Amino acid sequence: MPRVGPEGLPRLLAGYRPDGPIGLQDHVAQYGPPPWRGGHRHGGPLIDAVEASGLRGRGGASFPTGRKMRTVAQHRGRSVVVVNGSEGEALSAKDRLLLTSLPHLVLDGAALAAEAVGADEIVVAVDRASRRAQASVHRAIEARRAAQVGGALVRGVALPSRYVAGEETALVNFVNGGAAKPTFTPPRPFERGVNGRPTLIQNAETLAHVALIARYGPDWFRQLGTPDEPGSTLLTIAGAVEHGIVCEVALGTTIGAAVTAAGGATGTLSAFLVGGYYGSWLPADEAWDVPLLNATLRAHGASLGTGVLYAFPVGHCGLVAAAQVADYLAGETAGQCGPCVYGLRAIADAMASIAAGQQVAAMVERLHRLFDEVRGRGACNYPDGVIRFVETALRTFGAEVERHAAQRRCLLAPPPAMPIPVFDGRWQ
Amino acid sequence: MKKQHRLIVNMIECEAHGVCAELFPERVQLDEWGYPIIDQEPIPPALLKHARRAVQNCPKLALILTDE
Repeated sequence: MPRVGPEGLPRLLAGYRPDGPIGLQDHVAQYGPPPWRGGHRHGGPLIDAVEASGLRGRGGASFPTGRKMRTVAQHRGRSVVVVNGSEGEALSAKDRLLLTSLPHLVLDGAALAAEAVGADEIVVAVDRASRRAQASVHRAIEARRAAQVGGALVRGVALPSRYVAGEETALVNFVNGGAAKPTFTPPRPFERGVNGRPTLIQNAETLAHVALIARYGPDWFRQLGTPDEPGSTLLTIAGAVEHGIVCEVALGTTIGAAVTAAGGATGTLSAFLVGGYYGSWLPADEAWDVPLLNATLRAHGASLGTGVLYAFPVGHCGLVAAAQVADYLAGETAGQCGPCVYGLRAIADAMASIAAGQQVAAMVERLHRLFDEVRGRGACNYPDGVIRFVETALRTFGAEVERHAAQRRCLLAPPPAMPIPVFDGRWQ
Repeated sequence: MKKQHRLIVNMIECEAHGVCAELFPERVQLDEWGYPIIDQEPIPPALLKHARRAVQNCPKLALILTDE
């Protein structure tokens, strides 16, 4: 019988301690011991529980976690579990928080998943710029080794701080000794991944949810959220809000309620960036009452992505902000596919021209042609995400585009600087 | 079910030589940087010979003819 889980929220963050990472003993006291149940050739009982829970990946793609686990379990031979803690999305901080403060929850999820899919090796991949997360994960791995928790061998790897380094094939290529750049598919990692073995790659938060579903069961998981999109999710709320935070909310919470949880907006907002740099801009008044669900966000041309909400204040130019980010995103190409290398650069340049009020009408026309020409033509989906970012910025700040065209310059205040990571130059 | 042939490109390998568009203009166009834009419709039997010739002559072996 599953243990009785906590009612309401927080779930994942129940063991969060402001004074530092939670140790193994306190972790077990807080959440209960991991319920090892044994796997078998085509998947252990945990896979049934995760499928019944309706959990979807929290790394951006929202793919059903149980289905992914079953696919790996059905492949022949020992498999590998990779914890994706890359968090290449510059605005997102939730995986870093989990890995730093609650590493055992993530490692429990990885160990339980490994047992269920028949993996004897776990690789924990963390952005190498996240020093505190690295240190915390290493200490947690040592503590678990000493206490003999879990059967699989666990090791950590430090990933280059690049946007696409967390893309599944890039992650596998890096762990196998190559550059952290996407590779041509097929094969997909679930067929042939780390060391050529079937590989289950799950986002850090997703595995933390798995750790709780294993303990408290799928019905408990479904007490929050909606039937199609059950459970809680971590959000990173940033921009023009009183307290930029990572918080845990039930899926289906409105964007407005999430902003209120962050202490409210610092002033009137013009727009939200939903889902991070790989997400979509929405006008603030349209977004406020929208529930955070892929089903409802899709109707507004957005998705949950990695759970980022960035609030943008009125009186500042969204086009200038979007142009700066587009320039950064164009530079984050892995440099492998021509349409991505040249297309994203051309898109960023056209956006810069619009932001500066130069040749606005012609550049808007060029952008729409470029969107159609570049979309879907990379080996991975990276260019498609950048196109969505720029396309939704043009739509959301459409009135500004008109003004830039008429005035031939920008009359608004410069935007608050959006975070742009610095790359250390190495892909290896 | 009869097999359907489609042309795909490994964009990581492609270096915009443009041979594919030269040899198979019925289904391959080039973008403004010289990289192929490939029509994703199944290739009718009458055009298969042209498709195969394009695949065989790609200097980077980046063109793939699938049969699903």
